Amino acid sequence: MEVIRSQKRTPSNDTVSNPKIPLYLTARPMEVRLEEFERFAVDRLRVLKGISDGLARGRNPKEMDDLVDTLWKEHMRDPDASVMSNKDIISHFVLRLVYCRSDELKKWFLNMETALFRHRFRLQNFEAQVLCSFFSFMMCLVIKMILSSCSQRAIVGEFGLPYKAVTGAELEIFDYLHGLKERLGQVVRSLGQNSPTATVFNDLIHYSFACYKKVPFEEVPDLVAGRRVLIQKGYFSFDNSDSFHFSYQLVSLVVTQFRSHISKALILTKRRERENDRLTPIVEALSTSYLGPDYSQVRIVHLKFVMYIHRYGSIEVVNFPPQSTEYAEISLKDIDQVAKSSFPLCMRHLFEKVREDHLLKQGGRMQLGLFLKAVGVKLDDALAFWRAEFTWKVGSERFDKEYAYGIRHNYGKEGKSTDYTPYACQKIISSAPGSGDHHGCPYRHFREHEEDVRKETS
Amino acid sequence: MTREEGESRGDDTMIDAPQQITNPKPEEFFNVHYLRIYYGNLFPYTDIHKWLSYGHDGKHPGCDEYYFGRREFSFTLENDVYLRYKSFKTASALEDSIKSCFPYKIDIGAVYSVDPDKRHAYSQTGTNVFTPVERELVFDIDITDYDDVRYCCSGADVCSKCWPLMTVAIKVIHTSLIEDFGFKHILWVFSGRRGVHCWVCDPKARRMTNEQRSAVAEYFRVYKGNENNARKVALMGYSLHPFLARSYVDFLKGFFEGELQANQSIFSSKDKYDKILEMISDQDIQSELREKWENSARSSSLSEEAISLTRWEQLKNTLQSKKHKAPTLRMCVEEIVFTFTYPRIDLEVSKHMNHLLKAPFCVHPKTGRVCVPIDPNNCDEFDPLAVPTLSQLIEEINSGGSKMDVDDDDDTDTSLLGKSIKFFRSSFLEPLLKSCKEEIESSYKTKIGKSKDSFSW
Repeated sequence: MEVIRSQKRTPSNDTVSNPKIPLYLTARPMEVRLEEFERFAVDRLRVLKGISDGLARGRNPKEMDDLVDTLWKEHMRDPDASVMSNKDIISHFVLRLVYCRSDELKKWFLNMETALFRHRFRLQNFEAQVLCSFFSFMMCLVIKMILSSCSQRAIVGEFGLPYKAVTGAELEIFDYLHGLKERLGQVVRSLGQNSPTATVFNDLIHYSFACYKKVPFEEVPDLVAGRRVLIQKGYFSFDNSDSFHFSYQLVSLVVTQFRSHISKALILTKRRERENDRLTPIVEALSTSYLGPDYSQVRIVHLKFVMYIHRYGSIEVVNFPPQSTEYAEISLKDIDQVAKSSFPLCMRHLFEKVREDHLLKQGGRMQLGLFLKAVGVKLDDALAFWRAEFTWKVGSERFDKEYAYGIRHNYGKEGKSTDYTPYACQKIISSAPGSGDHHGCPYRHFREHEEDVRKETS
Repeated sequence: MTREEGESRGDDTMIDAPQQITNPKPEEFFNVHYLRIYYGNLFPYTDIHKWLSYGHDGKHPGCDEYYFGRREFSFTLENDVYLRYKSFKTASALEDSIKSCFPYKIDIGAVYSVDPDKRHAYSQTGTNVFTPVERELVFDIDITDYDDVRYCCSGADVCSKCWPLMTVAIKVIHTSLIEDFGFKHILWVFSGRRGVHCWVCDPKARRMTNEQRSAVAEYFRVYKGNENNARKVALMGYSLHPFLARSYVDFLKGFFEGELQANQSIFSSKDKYDKILEMISDQDIQSELREKWENSARSSSLSEEAISLTRWEQLKNTLQSKKHKAPTLRMCVEEIVFTFTYPRIDLEVSKHMNHLLKAPFCVHPKTGRVCVPIDPNNCDEFDPLAVPTLSQLIEEINSGGSKMDVDDDDDTDTSLLGKSIKFFRSSFLEPLLKSCKEEIESSYKTKIGKSKDSFSW
C-alpha cells in the first residue's frame, strides 16, 4: 500500500494527497509555542467561518467541496507535511477549548467541523477519480479501489462501526441478488447519477457480494431522511467495495459517527476545562474576534444590528435605528414604515400577512416574533402588536389564553426563561413551511424562484 | 334518550341520565356528567397500564418497577386548565387521579430519567439530568392538512367522501413501517374528530433519538406545499425511490383513479382543474389542455365523475407524449397523484421525544367520540361517523346492554366499546407484552451471565 501511495503522490502538496484526515480522537502530547497556539487556531477559524458563509449562501455539495479545498489550501497549508498535520490537530483542539463554553458556540463549532470533515472525506475520493482518468479504464479501477479503500476503510475501521455481514442464505431471502441489485439500481437512478462507470460497478457489486454489510438505519439518519438508501426490515444494504455510487453513503455513515464523537468530546472538554492565565485571554478573544462574515457570534453589547445574506451575495445590514442610543428600539408607530423600508423579504412577507390575515401559524409567529425581539421591539409593544392584529380574528380572551404565553416565552419571561435568539438565515432556509404557512425563505420556498432553485440543486 | 326504570335493568347501580330534549345539541354529546360515567365505568385503566408498563410489572427480577412511574401524563381540565408532568406509580394511582378530576383530555408524554413530579430536584446540567429516555415513535395525520385537495368538507368536518384519504395514508405508512423499518408493534388510533394517530411501540423505536425520529419523519415527507407555491410535490431524479414506487403502485394510483375521482371529481369544474393544470410546469401543455376542456364543457352530458375520468386520461396521454420536453415533466403524472393522495404527516409531532399526544380511549371534547383503535389491516371498513359517542355509550349502559366492569376478560362482551377493547388486547397488547417479557428475560440473563463470568478468574 505504501509503495503505491508514494508513487502516485503529485508534486504539489495538495491537502488531499495527504491521505489521513485526523479524527481528533485523542490529542498526542505536543509542545506548542504560544504564538503558534493562537495563529493555528485563527487560521482554522478562518476556514470554519468560510464554510459557515458558504453554507448560508446555499452552496451545493460540489461547490462546498471546492470551497473547502480552496480554504484549506489558503489557510492551513505548510510546506512541511508533519507541520501541516500538527497544525490540523492543534488548531482543532484549541478551538474545542474555545467553543465548548456555551451551547450556541458548541452547536456552531460542531456543525462547521462536521461539514469540514465531510467535504475533506469526499475530496479524498474525488481526487482518486481524477488520478484515474489518466490511465486505462481497468487500471483505474484497481488503483481506485486500493487508494480509497485503504484510506476510507482505515477511517471506518477506526470507528469500529457495527457491521453485520450478510450471509449468502440471507441474500437469497433478499429476493435473490438479482432483485436486490435491481432495487439498488433503482435507488441509484432515482438520484440521477449517470456515471459511465455504472455498468462496471454493477458488475463489481455482482461479484463482490461478500462485501455486503447490513447497517441499522439508525446509523445513517441523513441518508434515511433524504430517501437516499434502500432500507429493508430496519437495515440498509451497504456495499463498501468502492462503487462510486455508494461512497457517499459511506460518507454519511462516517460523518454521523464523527459528529457524535465530537459532540461528546465538547461536553467533556467543558467539564474538564481548567483556567490558565496564559491561555484564557487568547481563548476568550478567539470566540469573539471578527474573522470574516460572522453574524451569529457577535455579542450584542451596544448597538443591535441584524444582517441578512441575500441570495446573490449582497448583504443587507439592518440598523435599528441609526442613533447613538445604547439599545436601539422600534416603537409601534414606526413599525409599518420600518417594515417597508428595512425588513428583509422573509420578514416583510410575514409582517404583511399578519396585517392582511390577522392570523399567523406557529412557524410564522416564531420567525417573525423572534426577529421583532432582536430588532428592538419591547415585550409590551410586541404584545400590543400581536393582540391588535389577532383580536380581529380570535377575540381578546382567546388571545390571552393561546398566544400571549408564547410571546412572553419568546422574551424569556415564561418557562425555561431562555433568551431565544432570532433564526439565522440558514435555519430559515432549511425550515419546512407546509400548507397554510408563510414563513421560510422566499428565495427558497416561494414560487417564482422555484426554477432557479431547482437548477442550482439538481 | 328517555329514562328507563325498573325491571329492565339488572344492574345494582342506577344511573340517572340528565333529561334530554328531543333534538340533542352538540353540547349534549359531551359534558361533565357523561365524562364521570365514562371514566367511572368504561375507561380501560388496566389495559392502558399494562401497555405503558411494557412488561415491567414487577413480577420478573429483571423488571424496572419504577418504569411506569417515570412516564409523563398531562390532563386538561374544564376551563382549559392544563396540568403537565403528572406521574403515577401504579394503575390505581392513575385511576384515582382521573376519577378525582375527570379531565377533558389526557395526553401521554415520554418516560423520563426520573419521576416527572420530582423533576425540580434535579439540575439541568451534570450527570443527574431530567430528560426523556424512552418514547414511542408517533405520527399524527390530520385531515385539515388536506384542505387544498378535498372539496366535500373543509376545516374540522369530515365525511365519507374524504375519510378515505386517511385510509390510504394508514396503508402507506403502515406498510413502510413494517417492510422498510422492520417495526412490529404498531397501534393506530382514531383521533376523535378528523385524523389518526400512530404509536410505534417497539423497544428500538422507543429508544430513538430526536435526530433519528426526524430522519424517519423526513423519509415520509413528500408534500412541501403551501399557498405560495403551485407545484407542491417535486419528485426529482429519473425514477422513484422503491418506497415511493411501491406506495404508488400498491395504493396511491388505484385510489386516485378510483375512489378519489368518484368522491371528489377533481377535474369536473374550471376551478378544480385549473389547480391541477398549474402543477404542470410547461405553459404550452397547460393551455392545450385548458382549451380542450373549456370547449368540451359546453357540450357534455356525462356525469361529473365520467368527465373527470376522461380528462385525467387526456392529461396522462398528453404528458406521456411530451414528457421528454423538460426534466420536470418526467414524473408529472406521479406528482399529481402524490399531491392528492400521499400521506401528510405533522412533522413536529414525530420529531421530539417530549411531545405529548392524546391517549387512546380518551373522549374528544368537540364530538364526544371515543378515540378507538383502528385495525390497519381492515382500515377500509373504519367509519369515523360510526365511532361510539359518549351519549351512545351512556344509553347502552342504561339499557343494560353492556357490562359495567370493562376489566373482565370476558370474550362475550359485544358492547360498543367492548369490541374496540378486545381488538386492542388481542392484536396489539398481547403480542407486545409477549415480546417485552422475552426481551426483559433475555437482557436479564445476559446481565446474570456477565456477572457470573466476572467471578471466574
